[in-house]
Amino acid sequence: MSVNAVDEAQLRDLIPGVLMVLVRRGADFATAEDAVQEALVRAIETWRKYPPDDPKGWLITTAWRRFIDITRSEAARHRREELVADEPTPGPTPWTDDTLQLYFLCAHPNLRPASAVALTLRAVGGLTTRQIAQAYLVPEATMAQRISRAKSTVKDVRLGSPGDVRTVLKVLYLVFNEGYSGDVDLAAEAIRLARQLAMMTDDPEVAGLLALFLLHHARRPSRTRADGSLVPLADQDRGLWQRDLIAEGVMVLQTALARDRLGEYQAQAAIAALHADAQTADETDWVQIVEWYDELVALTDSPVVRLNRAVAVGEADGAQAGLAALADLDPALPRYTASAAYLHERGGEIATAARLYVQAAALAQTLAERNHLTLKAATLHQRLSGEVD
Amino acid sequence: MAKYLFLKHYRGAPASVNDVPMDQWTPAEIDAHIQYMQDFADRLRDSGEYVDSQALRPEGAWVRHDGQGRPPVTDGPFAETKDLIAGYMIIDVDSYERAVELAGELSAAPGAGGKPIHEWLEVRPFMSGAHLPAE
Repeated sequence: MSVNAVDEAQLRDLIPGVLMVLVRRGADFATAEDAVQEALVRAIETWRKYPPDDPKGWLITTAWRRFIDITRSEAARHRREELVADEPTPGPTPWTDDTLQLYFLCAHPNLRPASAVALTLRAVGGLTTRQIAQAYLVPEATMAQRISRAKSTVKDVRLGSPGDVRTVLKVLYLVFNEGYSGDVDLAAEAIRLARQLAMMTDDPEVAGLLALFLLHHARRPSRTRADGSLVPLADQDRGLWQRDLIAEGVMVLQTALARDRLGEYQAQAAIAALHADAQTADETDWVQIVEWYDELVALTDSPVVRLNRAVAVGEADGAQAGLAALADLDPALPRYTASAAYLHERGGEIATAARLYVQAAALAQTLAERNHLTLKAATLHQRLSGEVD
Repeated sequence: MAKYLFLKHYRGAPASVNDVPMDQWTPAEIDAHIQYMQDFADRLRDSGEYVDSQALRPEGAWVRHDGQGRPPVTDGPFAETKDLIAGYMIIDVDSYERAVELAGELSAAPGAGGKPIHEWLEVRPFMSGAHLPAE
């Protein structure tokens, strides 16, 4: 590593491998993970001034020493002293398989989603407890406790037990969805972890999720204004879309689709790719998007997917067709009223649309969404009063 | 320093002077209002007086324990007449006077016609802070 400033992403890439070296030397996962975390925090503090020649070796040595300190002070020290005596030397290791096992452990089905997310970000992602706590807006002590409890939940699970990659994908999806708050960009972190996972597995759904992340992330600069307000897809400045991410996403998706094992993430990515492909909102291929929603409905049978499909039908076949598709759904669904408002507006029923936007604003789940829906209502009210005058 | 809580009410506070529902404002008036709120919070961050602020969704319920082995009792969603908190801001300031001054500024956020809303805000001191005995 150069003597320049610490590259934190590079440092974090090393963390799962270092952790697995400790585990292979006989350290238990929970204690090893604590030791690696402490080594990581020390690296962040000291590498800027004293960059090591061999970063991975430095991390292994520091974490191993810390592991020994922790275990010495524990009641179990008798049993572990033998372990301390014959410290093996670090050497090259096939760490990719190991890292995959770590993913499985941290996304174990016994863990609550919030715990699996936190443990994955720390043990695989190499984030500090403080960074994770800031990103999720909880006190650091709360997050530390959540991670500690997660580790005790999986303490009897053998590292290397077969895992289901679906559980890992769900965890990464949650991380991506959290987006950006504090000094950690969780969407970028989810992409980094999905890339790593895609290199280690042969599942087209992993590629599908990576493609979905890339295609969504590419549009992020255009999705909100400087003041945090939402910009709907049709109004976004497509010049701000990150073409390199779109190209990568499309390539990853095409390779996955060629495998002919369709899954929900590939289908969602296909819809995102069709949006990304349109030079203007008017050029969007809504007919094909509806076809992909049909696939998604078949794969997931999710009411939320049906709601999104109804809006797409409204774009492809007109507002009345969209409203007909909406009529079959439960009005209690999140964003149902907002979707109904939009379809009525599109069908020219301005007064109904305005009334529904007001209702939808009261049901909004985020402040940005509420502001957006209130603005829509206000805009339509202004139009209506203009027509009266 | 002492912490104060500003409470904004959906319902239950005395009526504002400029009491027009937001969806009846012009889009430009809504933008101006949102900008004012953001600028206000930014100013408090700059001055080191900002702690936290959150908006609350209107739905919710009363909940209480109903005895061992029984599920809690709920009452709600809230009835139309009830006092209903819309959101809060916590500040950390030198004096009560400063807290009142800031609440007054927040209440002056522009509404319909670009005129201040004159909204009533509830200002509540935190029950903490004095760790030294009074002299």
